[in-house]
Amino acid sequence: MASAVLLLFFWSYIKAQKFLSVILSLVGLGISIWLFSAVYDGGMLVTQSGNWSAPFGISFVADTFAVTMVLLAAIAGFAVSVFATVSMNKARLQFGFFPMLHFLIMGLQGAFLTGDIFNLYVWFEVIIISSFVLITIGGKKAQLEGAIKYVALNLLASIFFLIGIAFLYGLTGSLNMADLALKVQEIENKGLINVTASLFLVAFGIKSAVFPLYFWLPASYHTPPPAVAAIFGGLLTKVGVYAMVRTFTLIFVGDDFLSLVLSVMAALTILSGALGAMVHQHLGKIFGYLIICHIGFMMAGIGMMTELAIVGTVFYLVHDIIVKTNLFMVSGIILKINGTQNIKELGGMYKNYPLLSLLLAIPLFSLVGIPPLSGFWAKLFFIQGGLESGEYILITFIVLGSFLTLWVIAKVWVEVFWKKGVNLPKKAIGRYFHELRQREKWVLLLPIVFLSIISLYIGLGAENIISLSQRIASELMNPAAYIENVMSQNQIEL
Amino acid sequence: MIFAVISGLISAAILPIFSRFKKDLVPKLYPFIPLGIFIYLASFLQHVVSEGAQFWSYSWIPSFGINLDFRLDGLSLLFGLMITGIGALVFFYTSYYLKEDKYLDRFYGYLSMFMAAMLGLVLSDNLISLFIFWELTSISSFFLIGYKNEDDSSQKSALTALGVTGFGGLVLLAGLIWIGHVGGTFSYTELLNSSEILQNHQSYIWIVILVFVGAFTKSAQFPFHFWLPGAMKAPTPVSTYLHSATMVKAGIYLLARFTPLLGGTDIWNWTLIIVGGFTMLYAAIHSLFRTDLKSILAYSTISALGILVFLLGIGTEDALLGAGIFILTHALYKATLFLITGIIDHETGTREVTSLAGLQKIMKPVALAGYLAALSSAGVPFLLGFISKEVMYEASFHFGSWAILLTAALVITKIILFVAGFWVGIKPFTGSLPEEHKSAKMPSPLLWVPPVLLASLSLIFGALPWLLDGLMQSVFTSMLPEAPEIHLAVWHGFNWILGLSLITLAVGLVLYYTLKPSKKLIENVKTFDRIAPIQLMENIAMSFQGFAEKWTGFFQNGFLRNYVITILLFLTVLAGYRLYDGVDIHLDWNQISQITPSEFLVVILMVTSIIFALVTKTRTGVIVALGIIGLANCLFFLYYSAPDLAMTQFSIDILLVLLFMLVLFQLPKNRSFSTRKIRYRDGLLSLMFGSLIAILALEVFEAPSYSEVSDYYAENAYILAKGKNVVNVILVDFRGIDTMVETVVLVIAAIGVFSLLNLNLNPKSKD
Repeated sequence: MASAVLLLFFWSYIKAQKFLSVILSLVGLGISIWLFSAVYDGGMLVTQSGNWSAPFGISFVADTFAVTMVLLAAIAGFAVSVFATVSMNKARLQFGFFPMLHFLIMGLQGAFLTGDIFNLYVWFEVIIISSFVLITIGGKKAQLEGAIKYVALNLLASIFFLIGIAFLYGLTGSLNMADLALKVQEIENKGLINVTASLFLVAFGIKSAVFPLYFWLPASYHTPPPAVAAIFGGLLTKVGVYAMVRTFTLIFVGDDFLSLVLSVMAALTILSGALGAMVHQHLGKIFGYLIICHIGFMMAGIGMMTELAIVGTVFYLVHDIIVKTNLFMVSGIILKINGTQNIKELGGMYKNYPLLSLLLAIPLFSLVGIPPLSGFWAKLFFIQGGLESGEYILITFIVLGSFLTLWVIAKVWVEVFWKKGVNLPKKAIGRYFHELRQREKWVLLLPIVFLSIISLYIGLGAENIISLSQRIASELMNPAAYIENVMSQNQIEL
Repeated sequence: MIFAVISGLISAAILPIFSRFKKDLVPKLYPFIPLGIFIYLASFLQHVVSEGAQFWSYSWIPSFGINLDFRLDGLSLLFGLMITGIGALVFFYTSYYLKEDKYLDRFYGYLSMFMAAMLGLVLSDNLISLFIFWELTSISSFFLIGYKNEDDSSQKSALTALGVTGFGGLVLLAGLIWIGHVGGTFSYTELLNSSEILQNHQSYIWIVILVFVGAFTKSAQFPFHFWLPGAMKAPTPVSTYLHSATMVKAGIYLLARFTPLLGGTDIWNWTLIIVGGFTMLYAAIHSLFRTDLKSILAYSTISALGILVFLLGIGTEDALLGAGIFILTHALYKATLFLITGIIDHETGTREVTSLAGLQKIMKPVALAGYLAALSSAGVPFLLGFISKEVMYEASFHFGSWAILLTAALVITKIILFVAGFWVGIKPFTGSLPEEHKSAKMPSPLLWVPPVLLASLSLIFGALPWLLDGLMQSVFTSMLPEAPEIHLAVWHGFNWILGLSLITLAVGLVLYYTLKPSKKLIENVKTFDRIAPIQLMENIAMSFQGFAEKWTGFFQNGFLRNYVITILLFLTVLAGYRLYDGVDIHLDWNQISQITPSEFLVVILMVTSIIFALVTKTRTGVIVALGIIGLANCLFFLYYSAPDLAMTQFSIDILLVLLFMLVLFQLPKNRSFSTRKIRYRDGLLSLMFGSLIAILALEVFEAPSYSEVSDYYAENAYILAKGKNVVNVILVDFRGIDTMVETVVLVIAAIGVFSLLNLNLNPKSKD
């Protein structure tokens, strides 16, 4: 059944058509919803590929965490797919933008669902290579420069990941994550396991762009077209966070030193991200640094390692995927309207597009976490989780990061929306927003409306998301059920 | 009740749609929202007075103990009535004041949102929902201050206000969660029972500090006061409503609310006395140096807020009662003064107190309101200001050994506020009318009725204070559960307090006639601007920005090489430390000595080519050396009886070398950018990283391992999977998905290369 989701995305590269892409994304979304509700109501689903029972074959495990991520990725993928039909130019579409988008999403879905550490590596390869192609499509100089840094550093991460896997295999003789969880417990030489864990930490740390490993993100996120940046901003770093949560709650558990390292890294990640966002004038870069800052929040939750803090991390993941995807689409709209993303040059949006401004305000203020919008709730859990485990310094950084985010977004709001607009020289960005046909305008705006509504729901209907996050967190903190489900011989056939 | 709270939010939300069709109706309809809620709240007055607090509960996020619980007791009722009552008047006032404004509908949207937020704030029983509304007031204030959004100084003021109050809000959030964490619940009513636990908890002091920062930023206490004068950039109705009568009192509300919970300790009382006392004097003196009516009012507001904090700090029965009465007194007279300032501005086009005089000839009712408000502010008998002043003096006068100092501070503040009130409420209307203002007209009733109403309330309550007994009694009880019964009266007999009142009035009157507002005065204090808090904050912000630039520039320096180095260094230090810390490194030399001569030879070959790759200056040399390393790897595979792997590796290696050669011929000449020092550094790092991995690999190799999975593969490859080569079976069957996906990776790579080669967008072409 998991493979059904995957196979679907396999097809899509054959016919790179806008229409097909949107329809397939929609189908993917439908399947994700189905999968989500099946798991939510009926509990964890496990597929053993090729019918080799665990730990010998490759398992795919759909627990609540995995299917939630799958659902979020499908939502983001659908929104970007629609957005791209108008925002991307023709040449890029001809050279495989849509297939790559679907490959990327396939890679993500695979990474979320796999229950095998080497298979995870393989999905990471898919993600890297397809995102690399997505960054380079178009081949402008800035794009290539960003892409080189992106791919070089991410391959470095892959190497560390691979070395880590090799060590783990050497120590346990297994690659199945549930099996690893069992065997790692039994190993006497904890020191070696801990060293291996630090390899994983660095590998996933690069992926999720934490301090001091985040360099690829600011170097590359502002270069590709907005639709690409949207899917990157929403999902790429989050898969690293996902992997981190997964491995550090399942395989490498109960390592206090690791938690300390994670906490320190989290604090500095929040700081670096917020400081970077303060410095830059380019919307893409500002949002890129804010991603780093907020990855720090999620890391803080992992570092605290209490159930409450994990609830915060999961909630924040849910919120962040939706809002960051939306944010880069917002910057795409701003680019379409004004021809620039430099906040010093921008202005007058509020005067010229008052209703649109109000719409764009939703993701912006959700991001800040103006209560009761979606960014707010997770902070409650982080702060309370921090109080529980006595990590006062981390709380200070979370408060500081929240404040600086507020400050940066308020500044963006003033510069882009309030400030008097000047007549900018016309640039060759394709058709400006006002030159588009009415239908096309709506196609651009609808994904933003769609994601904004979801954001509002996450904020105002927080009860549902919180109970979902609580369920995920308790599953993660008590992995026995996960292990048992995967290892039990009577598999669920679908 | 919930409808009363969120109706403002709803009406703000539907406004963009509503105003599209019936824009003209907005100013006509919206004022009735606060009016309706005012009547609704007033209907509870009798209940609250006779039965105590009323409760409503709406479930929201029960799984985390966050609900929309509302608690209507004396304190929240007083605030609720002020918010909706003054709100209704301001809404009516605005409909004329900003009649010509293009975006009047937006303005009402923000105002309604603010009103709802403020109501929610004072009615919330749940600490988290209190915070949510708290932040919403900051945000709506941001939008209202920046209402004239194209104006530079409006933008700046809005940002400053949001910065200060937003920062305070987040700090407060931490404090509130901490309270909930220690007390075990977010419900204020339940927490009231655990005030002992809170006060004796080791983190009490931190909680208090966090709450103070939240309250002081919101209520503009020194040194966070500077955002408030800037906030006067907002249109006058906003200044009236947010920045004098309601929002800035949210901090006061919070302190009053938490008095029974956290108050009564030395740190609580003395911090409030010192901060409030300093703020009231500092701001009062500042107000004398201003000539813009709104600036004078801004500073006198800060000073009044200081008085309130000061009274809450004293914390005795008289002080708390005084605070309760003064909250109402100040709201009534200050709102009046702001509203008439708006009228004067509207009709004459200036707010310079120096050029204003004699306006009573033109606008009698406005002048009347101004006189009453000024007299109330001065504390003249038969106005509400007198009652509150008497109680205040009573409080400070009986405060132990510090009484004289504190009373003196209070009296001086009051004298100065007397003058400031007269400047705004009396000076513009008396004397002879200057030529330039002869053309001013009597404003519309929508403008003058609200201040007159408020001013007459000051008079009614001042002359007949027993009218307030019920409300003030329940306000008093909210702050002090065992409050004695009160009876407000104008006449307390001849005593010291009356003497102080008389002194205040006499000195104030003398000062008013001797000290004239002038621009020269402000020149005199310019020299102190360097050390003013706003300047200090700006400096801190600037240096923080500088720090941000340095930090970002240091790490994100643009060189891929540096990024790789940082990452390697981090990993080496981290893993090295863990290795050193947790693993006893022991190498089994026996195994190493088992190396055969041929293997040794291959190793020598590898090491030589590595060294060659490092020292050679040409790219070709490096490629060739790397190729040799790859081939040596093949040999290893061969030795360990994996001929098929060796073949694969062999062909890939050769192919890679050839490809590299082809590409290299296209590249420009090689140049070396790095100095000798950098090369040594890089070399050292590589060496460390390499040896780390090598040691790890050896250790892992040494460790006992499980072979369950590989045994299974070896046993079952033929039996179950019908394959003779175990490796192949693993690749295509046991772990077939891996292989399949890797194939996909290759396909993607191929597509990527294809599009990269074929699609070269012109750098200037469209995105």
